[in-house]
Amino acid sequence: MAPVKVFGPAMSTNVARVLVCLEEVGAEYEVVNIDFQAQEHKSPEHLVRNPFGQIPAFQDGDLLLFESRAISKYVLRKYKTDKVDLLREGNLKEAAMVDVWTEVDAHTYNPALSPIVYECLINPMMRGIPTNQKVVDESLEKLKKVLEVYEAHLSKHKYLAGDFISFADLNHFPYTFYFMGTPHAALFDSYPHVKAWWERIMARPSVQKLGASMVPPKA
Amino acid sequence: MLRLATIATTLTRKLMAPVKVFGPAASTNVARVLVCLEEVGADYELVDIDFPGKGHKRPDHLARNPFGQVPAFQDGDVILFESRAIAKYVLRKYKSEQLDLLREGNLEEAAMVDVWTEVETHQYHPALSPIVLECFIYPTLRGLPTNQKVVDESLEKAKKVLEIYETHLSKHKYLAGDFVSFADFNHFACTFYFMDATPYSNLFDSYPYVKAWWENLMSRPSMKKLGANMSTRN
Repeated sequence: MAPVKVFGPAMSTNVARVLVCLEEVGAEYEVVNIDFQAQEHKSPEHLVRNPFGQIPAFQDGDLLLFESRAISKYVLRKYKTDKVDLLREGNLKEAAMVDVWTEVDAHTYNPALSPIVYECLINPMMRGIPTNQKVVDESLEKLKKVLEVYEAHLSKHKYLAGDFISFADLNHFPYTFYFMGTPHAALFDSYPHVKAWWERIMARPSVQKLGASMVPPKA
Repeated sequence: MLRLATIATTLTRKLMAPVKVFGPAASTNVARVLVCLEEVGADYELVDIDFPGKGHKRPDHLARNPFGQVPAFQDGDVILFESRAIAKYVLRKYKSEQLDLLREGNLEEAAMVDVWTEVETHQYHPALSPIVLECFIYPTLRGLPTNQKVVDESLEKAKKVLEIYETHLSKHKYLAGDFVSFADFNHFACTFYFMDATPYSNLFDSYPYVKAWWENLMSRPSMKKLGANMSTRN
């Protein structure tokens, strides 16, 4: 098969979401950078791939896709085997649990955690905007409540959807990886089952490999 | 043979215990689940949660949804939360040859369903819902005045989004292609309230393919039925 192409910088959290899935299934792929400074994401070539002018975009032969979760699921379905089934769509209950915790990442976990990444890393290091400590403090309070729920859940299951690694766990990787580069990483120490789950994810070869190219700037 | 298969499917569904959806019918996320249940012809029971009385924070509801939100869902011993996860469970469980709204057996079709489902979440809904909040929810339910600045900014965002939908729907009858899918249904509740509860429904007149797509959806029995319950003009 020709390598598939992912368009966007490897350091971007939503690009990393797709890349971790490609790595997990062992697919051949190529990352094609998009130069934001040069407004390449708004160029006609890129708008054909993603009419909203965002990254990532994706190409497999004639097929063009956008939206990182849609791309990721395409990859996980295409390269699925008996041994590597990260969506479990053949099993009603398992697939539902993968979906539930994928949605929780999108609507509850990430909205609590990502403002801390933006305020502590992205704004100061990449945009020259100082950290808004009020936003950080409010987000930390929200995140603690979310982590309490995760702690209870992960005390009963090794991974989010059950005792098997899935797309639900992988979705949490990119932003949590960067969160661990902020001054608030030690928050996870108060949630031992969550911390253990995160360390299991970080130990995976796919995550180790991508993490090396996503080194967060020191805060 | 097709008619016999349809009768057999209908009878089988009627023999299954009704599934339960927990939450108010007026909630957009509850409606997301209900439209899928209606489309597949499933037997279901809607159990309201007493929001004013903090019913969503009581232990019995937290056992269904540890984040204390609606909807939650029960099918025998399967308890789920998050409306899109529940909706997909329903669409998979009741899937048939005639009724396949996720297309998970076809790589490209499933991907298109997923793409436009994500677009509703990340582009369409964030542009339209502040208008519904400012024009209807805040004044009616919280006694707050409409923030016209927020409305105007959201209308500008909505126009950019609708331009993209217009181009896309000029090439395809539905969002994922020439078949109706979960991607279209995800747009129902948010659009319904935009049309029903704000003064800006004529925005869609500037986007004829989008308007035609919406009117086509609203002609579906599932959406007519749910819309009648959700209308703010009763």
